[in-house]
Amino acid sequence: MTITTDLDRRFREAAAAAGLLDAGFDVVESPIGPLFVAVTPRGLLRIEFGGDGAEEHLELLARLAGPRVLRAPRAVDETKRELDQYFAGTRHAFDVTVDLRGVRPFAEQVLWELARVPYGETTTYGALAAKVGAPRAARAVGTVMNRNPIPIVLPCHRVVGANGSLTGYAGGLDVKERLLRLEGAII
Amino acid sequence: MEGVSVPPFESFYAQHRDDVLALLRRRLGAQAAEDAFQETFLRALHAYPRLEHARHLRAWVLTIAGRVAIDAHRRARPDGGELPELPVEDGRPDWAGLGELTDGLPPTERAAVVLRYGFDLPYDRIAAALGSSPDAARQAASSGVRRLRGRSAS
Repeated sequence: MTITTDLDRRFREAAAAAGLLDAGFDVVESPIGPLFVAVTPRGLLRIEFGGDGAEEHLELLARLAGPRVLRAPRAVDETKRELDQYFAGTRHAFDVTVDLRGVRPFAEQVLWELARVPYGETTTYGALAAKVGAPRAARAVGTVMNRNPIPIVLPCHRVVGANGSLTGYAGGLDVKERLLRLEGAII
Repeated sequence: MEGVSVPPFESFYAQHRDDVLALLRRRLGAQAAEDAFQETFLRALHAYPRLEHARHLRAWVLTIAGRVAIDAHRRARPDGGELPELPVEDGRPDWAGLGELTDGLPPTERAAVVLRYGFDLPYDRIAAALGSSPDAARQAASSGVRRLRGRSAS
């Protein structure tokens, strides 16, 4: 006995609509490939590159937000809409609130500063370090970027090396380049 | 969150949904089993954070399903009628906007309002899903609605 797609969809919708989830997630398509997106009642919790391995992300979500983790397209609707607009070039700033649970205080400070780097501009690890009052912590800032829980929305792709090189990106350097090109930060 | 010993609900649901539906179909028939399926997993979802370990999860959810089936029989008997279908608009339940509208209500009130007005469930089913009494469910829904009215008036 296998349940129908429709019955499955209705349960997932009801669960999300009734506000009974600690975290709802889905894999959404984008021009840079599938993205795993997870949202809690507090806001957007994670974006991961690649739709595969959603299973392994679930344990992490449960640890961070609570065990009621369910695939629920409705829960990520708002984020998906903003991402679509971003990739279409019609949105330059995200309005979704973010949930930075599980992020250490230094990283959180860096990520808030990162969130203020404008669309279409780049900054450096060192400059970001200076902004949080730790000018010698460029390397630590690099680590924070590397572990950014919400890439694209928290724009770590806008952070480059002091010599202008792209350095690194969790989604791959080609994706970083593509995002910067989309924003007109590089030609 | 420390000490989470139950699996993420998604894994639990994927593992047991077919068995739950099979049991409900045997007890209630194909049509009524669908509503009971939804109610079973909503109840499970509600109680899930209070589970202290991951043992006997299959037995646990089948017990819930069994109770839902008994409740469904009881409800069906007095008037012999089936439960109303969820109101559907363009093939989607009419919950659109309700989730957003009720955002920020206390969890129980929110669930009661959504299940009553979005899914048109009777209070005894909502009570079952929330693990409370029909009166408490009715009260939660009406204080939720009062709160929403108050909010839109201010």
